[in-house]
Amino acid sequence: MPTKVEKDTFSGRDTTGHEWDGLKELNTPLPKWWLYVLAATVVWGVALLVLYPSIPYGPGHTNGLLGYSTRARVDADVKALIAQRAVFMDKIAALPVEKVKADPQLDAMALTAGRIAFANNCQPCHGAGGGGRPGYPNLASDVWRWGGTLAQIERTITHGVRSGDPDAHVSQMPRFGADAMLKPEQIQQVADYVWTLYGNQAASASVAAGKQVFADNCAVCHGDNAQGNHDVGTPPLRSRVHLFANTRDEIVAQINNPRMGVMPAWNKRLDPATIRSLAIYVHSLGGGE
Amino acid sequence: MSAAVAAHSEAGLEMPVYNEAVVRKFVIAAMFWAIVAFLVGVTIAAELCWPNISMGLPFLNFGRLRPVHTSAAIFAFGGNALFATSLYVVQRTCRTRLFGGDALADFIFWGYNFFIVMAALSYVMGYSRSQEYAEPEWHIIAFLVIVWVAYAVVFIGTLLLRQEPHIYVANWFYLAYIITIAILVLGNNAELPVSFYQAKSYSLYTGVQGAMIQWWYGHNAVGFFLTAAFLGMMYYFVPKQANRPVYSYRLSVVHFWSLIFLYMWAGPHHLHWTSLPDWTQTLGMAFSIMLWMPSWGGMINGLMTLSGAWDKLRTDPALRFSVTAVGFYGMSTFEGPVMSIRDVNALSHYTDWTIGHVHSGALGWVAFISFGAMYYLVPVLWKRSGLYSTRLVSWHYWIATLGIVLYITTMWVAGIMQGLMWRAYDQFGFLQYSFVESVVAVHPYYVIRLLGGVLFLIGGLIMAYNLIMTVRSSRTEPVAAELPAGIAVAGA
Repeated sequence: MPTKVEKDTFSGRDTTGHEWDGLKELNTPLPKWWLYVLAATVVWGVALLVLYPSIPYGPGHTNGLLGYSTRARVDADVKALIAQRAVFMDKIAALPVEKVKADPQLDAMALTAGRIAFANNCQPCHGAGGGGRPGYPNLASDVWRWGGTLAQIERTITHGVRSGDPDAHVSQMPRFGADAMLKPEQIQQVADYVWTLYGNQAASASVAAGKQVFADNCAVCHGDNAQGNHDVGTPPLRSRVHLFANTRDEIVAQINNPRMGVMPAWNKRLDPATIRSLAIYVHSLGGGE
Repeated sequence: MSAAVAAHSEAGLEMPVYNEAVVRKFVIAAMFWAIVAFLVGVTIAAELCWPNISMGLPFLNFGRLRPVHTSAAIFAFGGNALFATSLYVVQRTCRTRLFGGDALADFIFWGYNFFIVMAALSYVMGYSRSQEYAEPEWHIIAFLVIVWVAYAVVFIGTLLLRQEPHIYVANWFYLAYIITIAILVLGNNAELPVSFYQAKSYSLYTGVQGAMIQWWYGHNAVGFFLTAAFLGMMYYFVPKQANRPVYSYRLSVVHFWSLIFLYMWAGPHHLHWTSLPDWTQTLGMAFSIMLWMPSWGGMINGLMTLSGAWDKLRTDPALRFSVTAVGFYGMSTFEGPVMSIRDVNALSHYTDWTIGHVHSGALGWVAFISFGAMYYLVPVLWKRSGLYSTRLVSWHYWIATLGIVLYITTMWVAGIMQGLMWRAYDQFGFLQYSFVESVVAVHPYYVIRLLGGVLFLIGGLIMAYNLIMTVRSSRTEPVAAELPAGIAVAGA
């Protein structure tokens, strides 16, 4: 189609003279404001390139007139934050955990620091407020595996449980069923006995036999009264709060082939004052001894 | 013969008969995948509110359905809409039938949609490259490359055989999109399959280089798939619907070249505050800021083309979609450069603000410009005198617009709230909120966002019903051909 410039009666502009499927184009000049703003953003962009690290060459890049570095900025922010916290955290780090607890001001500060550290680090497993989840201990009850005093909680947080840390809590419950240490009927009997410790009913003959099996095999770790032993991390069985075995079937499974949890050693991620604060916070959740 | 062809025939020009059959197929597929994309979007929005509704079924897991949603929206709905319109527009504006024959065109249709189905199935079965918008494994991508080459051959071949002396602006944008997507897909999918028989591969790029290549790809997928290509759509359908000449040819030239040049460099702004070196971040930010006006060039050309025809918005709700789309385009292409500024990004990064931004683009711009084009195309392609119901188009418009407004405003509020909560410290230097508390805080906004998504889905269903009824209606009078208003008819 030959070029045929026409005039648009509405805008008074010429067309370019081309047409495609009935579509035409006006030859309107670039809007001035558009051009100026484009120029301004180009100036802005070039200024960024001059002021900040930007142009790569061979082995390196220009550093810019401002000497800016994201890493330096983050370092400065973190240093400032640590300095701000240090006012109280240094005192918390310098005192044993019981002394911190005894000082009302430091105790309040530890609870503040501990609450947020718990919510960001511990809550994914232990639940909001330490309420626990299946397989993860409830921290708001008085049932403790490795002890519920301030010092014991602090140690558990610091080194973890079966974490690989040299000072971690380590214990292992034997596989009484899987390794044939007990006969199947003995396991049923001791399960019946433990089931009564939970506050339930079972056949009395079986319970009596189970009590003997317990005394012979389990009491050495779980205690004569099934009260638990913080030294080897055994939980009290005479309780209604349980980690892995809440039903009778789960008790049998736990005796046959026990599940045992792992908790990280937090000394690799948190500083001592934060761990101390966490211990005070966890202690305050309801079960502290 | 279509209306425009008839008009040309009267003018004594030699007229080809266009391949509209393949365009009709792509329109149907676009409508189908639009509903799928919206439905899956609503599903995963509900999962974010109530995670347990996936019932523990692996194929309903959020992590598997999310790429189904994004791929269905971008590549299935958006892609089919782009195939439909690009193959329609290139024929009309080149006045020539598609190069390569009908079989090749049909291969593109069936091949591309087979690719979509394969990709979606692989996601729900748990296969993924774990790169955003680039999840399909190597064998699916290898097949896509074959389809894409066929597409490029047909499109470029048609351009070369054109019966017009010049190439229309819409085709510049479509061509830029076809070529760039090929480069991006090949570049980002450089990978080594574990074995010929396994749907598992390892990328050739590792660490921060891998992240940089991924966001070079990801950002330009936005730039060339969701921006340039849909600008091509706009450059044909807005002047058609408004029946006005394009506002400025000169602006279209300048904004086209500046847009495609600058877009290529902006990807690093997705990696602010990461281990990406500062110099790369600065470059990404500088190019993103300079991208503002080149993006707005398309908005100006779209909106100003309406001058002299604004009254049509009262009578043509389909045009309302196209024009609102251009408005959302302008808004999100302003928001993008703002978010690319490193210190703004410090607040917005990783928050739902980003989700709001991408949806103001995806729902407001991409979907709305496609809806406008499809409402225009269906009566033309099926030779109907008009749509079954313009009232239903109006209902669709208002319901969908309300949905978008609910979606993006709640995501702004939720995103800015998240950003502020994450950086809030108390007077002693301790974080004021845990991450979980920020999750709890955004829950109500997630529910409102879900409502926005449901509204958008309802709008899509109304549209599908309206288009089906249009095709089934018996009104077969051709649409009256019109030349741009205000311009003297040639030879008259």
